Amino acid sequence: MRILLSLIAGGLFGAGLFISGMTDTTKVQGWLDVFGNWDPTLAFVMGGAIIPMFFAWRLTRGRHPLVGGDFPALPRPELDHRLIVGSILFGMGWGLAGICPGPAIASITYNGIGGLVFVVAMLIGMGAAPAVGRGLDRVAAAA
Amino acid sequence: METDWIWGLVGGLLIGLGGAVYLLGNGRIMGASGIIGGLVDGSGWSTLWERLAFLAGVILMPLLLWPLYNVEISTHLTSNWWVIIGAGLLVGVGTRIANGCTSGHGVCGISRLSLRGIVATVFYILAGGLTLALFRHVLGVI
Repeated sequence: MRILLSLIAGGLFGAGLFISGMTDTTKVQGWLDVFGNWDPTLAFVMGGAIIPMFFAWRLTRGRHPLVGGDFPALPRPELDHRLIVGSILFGMGWGLAGICPGPAIASITYNGIGGLVFVVAMLIGMGAAPAVGRGLDRVAAAA
Repeated sequence: METDWIWGLVGGLLIGLGGAVYLLGNGRIMGASGIIGGLVDGSGWSTLWERLAFLAGVILMPLLLWPLYNVEISTHLTSNWWVIIGAGLLVGVGTRIANGCTSGHGVCGISRLSLRGIVATVFYILAGGLTLALFRHVLGVI
């Protein structure tokens, strides 16, 4: 059941990314390019995605997930150096290539050798993240 | 094209529906970087099959929808290897340190008015816009 629901959720996610044009780097960079030929599509994608999720969060109240267990514990609403620095680094990469993790996977079959190289680099970055994060903690503690 | 925003909205609704199924069904937050990253650093190996099934769905659906389009579909990815590798590394490191990307912080976070999700989204959009402006309009590299 868990596996089937994951497959369905992933399928909807992949279909949405494909249909919305979010695997096209010109649409993503078009949204970020306020000084160029600005493309508002990404705002509609984000807005559209937030609507079902808003109701989903409401439905979690007083209930349990379909497969049992509990809904995930939510992090305390605290801002820390990891959130800020990590988001800046991610945003820089996102702006440079116009790909974020979801579309990188969704487009892996049709993004050519460049798309594969991007995914490999992303996986290496993810592997290095725990060590980079610890280094960041030391800098933050010293500052 | 003038119909792009409609397809954006329809696609967005599907993305949100996927997130709703993942949350209400499995009790998990649909964040692409978390699902992938947990497989890389080992923190998610206990839910290995669930993660792989999700990623299989993400990869398969575009392939199934592809034949319905009779126009050429291109991702317009840059051919500059330094940009591809640099961007990939930054996206990988950044999303894991921040514990989320566009789907986790953006879609799942903003929809519950999470402070962390909103702040992360503001910072990655600002960083993305400034980086793009610098490399496209100042340096002319991308």
